[in-house]
Amino acid sequence: MTPLLDVRDLVTVFPSDGRDLRAVDEVSLQVHRGEVLGLVGESGSGKSVTGFSIMGLVDPPGRIAAGQILFDGSDLAKADPETRRSLRGRRIAMVFQDPMMTLNPVLRIGTQMTETLHAHETLSRQEAHARARDALGQVGIPSPEERLAAYPHQFSGGMRQRVAIAIALLHRPDLIIADEPTTALDVTIQAQIISEFQKLTEDQGTAVIWITHDLAIVSGLADRIAVMYGGRIVETGPITEVLERPRHPYTRGLIRSVPSENTRGTRLAQIPGVTPGLARMPQGCAFRTRCARADSTCAERPGRFGTDQTYHRCFHPHEEALA
Amino acid sequence: MSMSLTETPATAPLLDLRQVSRTFGSRPDLAARIAIALGAAKPPPVVHALDEVNLTVRKGEVLGLVGESGCGKSTLGRIAAGILPPSSGQVLWKGEDRQRLSGRQLRDADLAAQMIFQNPMAALNPRMSIETLVAEAPQIHGMIQGDRSAYVDDYLRKAGFDPAMKRRLPHQFSGGQRARVNIARALAVQPDFLVCDESVAALDVSIQAQILNLFMDLREQLDLTYLFVSHDLGVVEHISDRVAIMYLGRVVEEAPVAEVFARPNHPYTQQLLAEVPRIRPGKRRFAAMKGELPSPLDPPKGCHFHPRCPMAHERCRVEVPKRREIAPGHSSACHLNDQQAA
Repeated sequence: MTPLLDVRDLVTVFPSDGRDLRAVDEVSLQVHRGEVLGLVGESGSGKSVTGFSIMGLVDPPGRIAAGQILFDGSDLAKADPETRRSLRGRRIAMVFQDPMMTLNPVLRIGTQMTETLHAHETLSRQEAHARARDALGQVGIPSPEERLAAYPHQFSGGMRQRVAIAIALLHRPDLIIADEPTTALDVTIQAQIISEFQKLTEDQGTAVIWITHDLAIVSGLADRIAVMYGGRIVETGPITEVLERPRHPYTRGLIRSVPSENTRGTRLAQIPGVTPGLARMPQGCAFRTRCARADSTCAERPGRFGTDQTYHRCFHPHEEALA
Repeated sequence: MSMSLTETPATAPLLDLRQVSRTFGSRPDLAARIAIALGAAKPPPVVHALDEVNLTVRKGEVLGLVGESGCGKSTLGRIAAGILPPSSGQVLWKGEDRQRLSGRQLRDADLAAQMIFQNPMAALNPRMSIETLVAEAPQIHGMIQGDRSAYVDDYLRKAGFDPAMKRRLPHQFSGGQRARVNIARALAVQPDFLVCDESVAALDVSIQAQILNLFMDLREQLDLTYLFVSHDLGVVEHISDRVAIMYLGRVVEEAPVAEVFARPNHPYTQQLLAEVPRIRPGKRRFAAMKGELPSPLDPPKGCHFHPRCPMAHERCRVEVPKRREIAPGHSSACHLNDQQAA
């Protein structure tokens, strides 16, 4: 089966001091219809820029320098702005971390929702109103008819995120890119939002790229996972396989540094050092300066070992299951 | 919860909060008060951040304080650190009422409790070098006897920060390193008690693990006591000896960490613990607790949790449940415990 989204060797660069810094460095990933891909990484790993690149939202001077973004067969990396605009919001939608940034503070929720509908479809005001109201109801907002007339500041953080999700779902997109949509929310509200998301995407067969730093969320939500470090996907595969038998030392370190994975009160397993800035990323394997297994081989750039769907980028991968 | 009145400073807990309440709101001026009395104006809204909280922190322990945004956990942390006075109730520091302390005693109590905040950049003056930031407080309080530079180096090293970089400015460092500077700065006045208010919340997982390890090492080296305020149950579970769960201005349950995770008693705790994200491969349904935290401007009557509680009955809507011991060291504020006992 051809994947809905097939990203091949994507490179997104930001010029700085006369050279191009690779925020996204030869990223390849695939998402099938109805599938949830967890894109995991720490700050600065390039996970958000990957999402922006797929959406066509990389602001100049940043640009896509190489690679293909095949969405339903056509290459978005080469598409003209008008084609990208017609896809954005209609077939590919995005939900951001801070809904207050997505929503216009001076427009009523209803206005913002019908505006989105009119941008892509020809329909009457009554129809648009009804669609907006139904979408609000779908994401669990009580009395949607009245809430259409409310302004964003009249909603709580969790409710605002529901509105943002409702807007993303308005056109029944094929793919939703969710960039840390629950990070700013309390655990109880986070569970509510994920639960709504699960229901809606399953009902509609939507594919999802869930970008997050939180392995625990991804472990219960995603079908497959891709772990990013220094702009590259260092490991990807089915969620169970990667979490139970992580090949790349970084994936392993990341899993083991989560407090609930450690025995209460003991020292946490920690990865030494910090992620270097993009300008100071080591040649070869970006992780080698923090890696216990690194040797002279790692000064070479590690290729992809494995298949299109399941691969890692490490010369000295772990073979054993995680204890 | 035991509250004997015959405690001496030697056996008293390090910190003992008794019936501590805190409200926030504007005080109406004379004209406004007359208007309110005549019914021409509404009284200004008052936020009930803390509502008769009892809590003790024993020397050498790590007490984790957990709750959702807006439940009052930061307010409680600030009162515990002595940087915010309570509206009513008593704060006993080593058995002495903080409000009766003055002069040297008050200064010692202030220095002994230090706070580490969530946003390390906001807590550091961007125009001061790391060295000045760390040296400022101990210098003012005459704690540096010999070489200032050596004193600063010592505390930077304790916090895992390379002293060679101490002449640089805060913006030149990453979030994790700034967190270390804040820790060094708190340690530099030689405190007994650290209040960590979401101190690791803004950090990446791998950096968070480093800082949590540092907290645990420092506890052993310097004999520190912690109040660890966090919304992250995984972090609190890992680092704490005891845990207090807050809901809308009240502590609803308190117990040793193993006990609370094995046998949560309060319906809120039970639902909250069910949401702890854990790495468990395989898809699962995210079940959701209904509703949101009500506004502290107008908290529900009776038990604050009753509008979201699946087990709520008539009594919960009218009567505030008292927190009482249900097992050794484990207390919970829920009316259901009375029914089971009766």
